[in-house]
Amino acid sequence: MSIEIKNISKNFGSTCALDSVSLTFEENKIYGLLGRNGAGKTTLLNIITNRIFADSGEVLVDGIPSKENDQALKKIYMMGEKNFYPNNMKIKEIFRWTKEFYPSFDTEYANKLTEVFELSLNKNVKSLSTGYNSIFKVIIALSVNTPYVLCDEPVLGLDANHRDLFYRLLIERYSDSPSTFIISTHLIEEVANVIEDVIIIKKGKIIKNESREELMSIGYTVSGMSSLVDEFINGKEVIGIDSIGGLKSAYVIGQIIKESVPQGLEITKMDLQKLFIKLTNA
Amino acid sequence: MNISFNEERPIFIQIAEGIEDAILSGAFKEESQIPSITEFSVNYRINPATALKGINILVEEGIIYKKRGVGMFVSIGAVEQLKGKRKEQFYDNFIRNLVEEANRLGISKDEIITLLERGYVK
Repeated sequence: MSIEIKNISKNFGSTCALDSVSLTFEENKIYGLLGRNGAGKTTLLNIITNRIFADSGEVLVDGIPSKENDQALKKIYMMGEKNFYPNNMKIKEIFRWTKEFYPSFDTEYANKLTEVFELSLNKNVKSLSTGYNSIFKVIIALSVNTPYVLCDEPVLGLDANHRDLFYRLLIERYSDSPSTFIISTHLIEEVANVIEDVIIIKKGKIIKNESREELMSIGYTVSGMSSLVDEFINGKEVIGIDSIGGLKSAYVIGQIIKESVPQGLEITKMDLQKLFIKLTNA
Repeated sequence: MNISFNEERPIFIQIAEGIEDAILSGAFKEESQIPSITEFSVNYRINPATALKGINILVEEGIIYKKRGVGMFVSIGAVEQLKGKRKEQFYDNFIRNLVEEANRLGISKDEIITLLERGYVK
C-alpha cells in the first residue's frame, strides 16, 4: 500500500515546476514535504490528487493509476490553501458534503473538534479569519479517515496555541488509527519532531528523501575562531558558512569523531531547519 | 517527567534518557507501569515511531519490560542497572566537559579539586 510517483514532470509555460520526480509515500507514515515557496510542493500534491495533470509520468495509488480514477482518488483527502467551497456554505454543511464524498468521515469527531477549536458550526466559510480558514480544513483532515491525508500548509495563520493543538491532535489521531499523512510546510522547526520521513524539494527536484534521523545525522556544525574553522573544513564538504566577527560556523556534510576535533572548536548537531536552509539556498 | 529537547542529540535518545531520569528519581518505581507510547508521543508532540525507538532501547537493556496487552513496566533492579550505566558515562558526560571548560578559563587542576571540595560542603 503506497502512493507511487513515477517520473512526474510539469511545466507551466516556460517554468519547470516538477522535473522528473519519483518517490514513494508508504502506508502509515507521517511525511514532511519541505520546500521553499515555489519549489513545487503544491504542484506535486495537486497532481497526486488529480487537480491538475502532469505533462508526463504517472501516480499510482495502491498500484492503481490515479489519473481520473475515483477508486484511487477516494483514498486520498487533500486540504489545500485554496478554498473550493461556496462562500455562503456553513461549516456544518461542508461537513455534510464531505461525508457524501468520503463516507469514512467521522462527523461526530469533527463536531467535537469544532468545540475544541471554538469554531461555530453555523459560520459561513466567507466569514472565517485566515486562522479559522485553516482550522476548519484541519478539522476535516483529522476526521476524514482516508488512508492518505495530504495537508498543504495546514498551520497557515494559526496562532501558537492552535498550532500546538493541531500537532497534538494529529499525533493522537495517528496513534489511534495510523494512516499516511503528508504535511507540506515551510515552518519546519515545529513539525520536525512529528514527522518520520523528510522529503525536501528544490526547484522541482527531490534533493532529499530519507528518515528524519538519517537526515539530521548527515552533517554537523563546527564553530570557533575563523582560522581554526577554515583549517578544519579544508577538504570537507561544506554546505554553508555563517561568520560573525572573527568567529565562524561551518555546516559540514559527513561524520565526525568527536575525539579528533582540535581544541577550541565546538561540534554541534545540525538542526533540521538549518540543514533545510543551507540545502535549499539558491 | 519533563524533557526539554535540545538539538544536540537524536530525540529518541533523549526520550530514553528522560525515562531513565524518571526511574532514577523514583518518579517511575520498579514494577510500576509507565505511560504508553501514545501518551509519550502526544505529550511531547513527537512521532510515535520516535517514542517507540527510544523505549525499545530500554526494553533491549532490560530496564523496561512489556506485558502484552497491558503495557510497559519498570523492571526489578532497573535503578541499580541504571546507576551502573550512568557511572560508566560519568566521565564522558561530565569530567571531559569540565576539563575542557576549565582549560578554556585557565582553571588549574588544583583549583578544580578545591572547587570540588567546595561542592561537597553543605
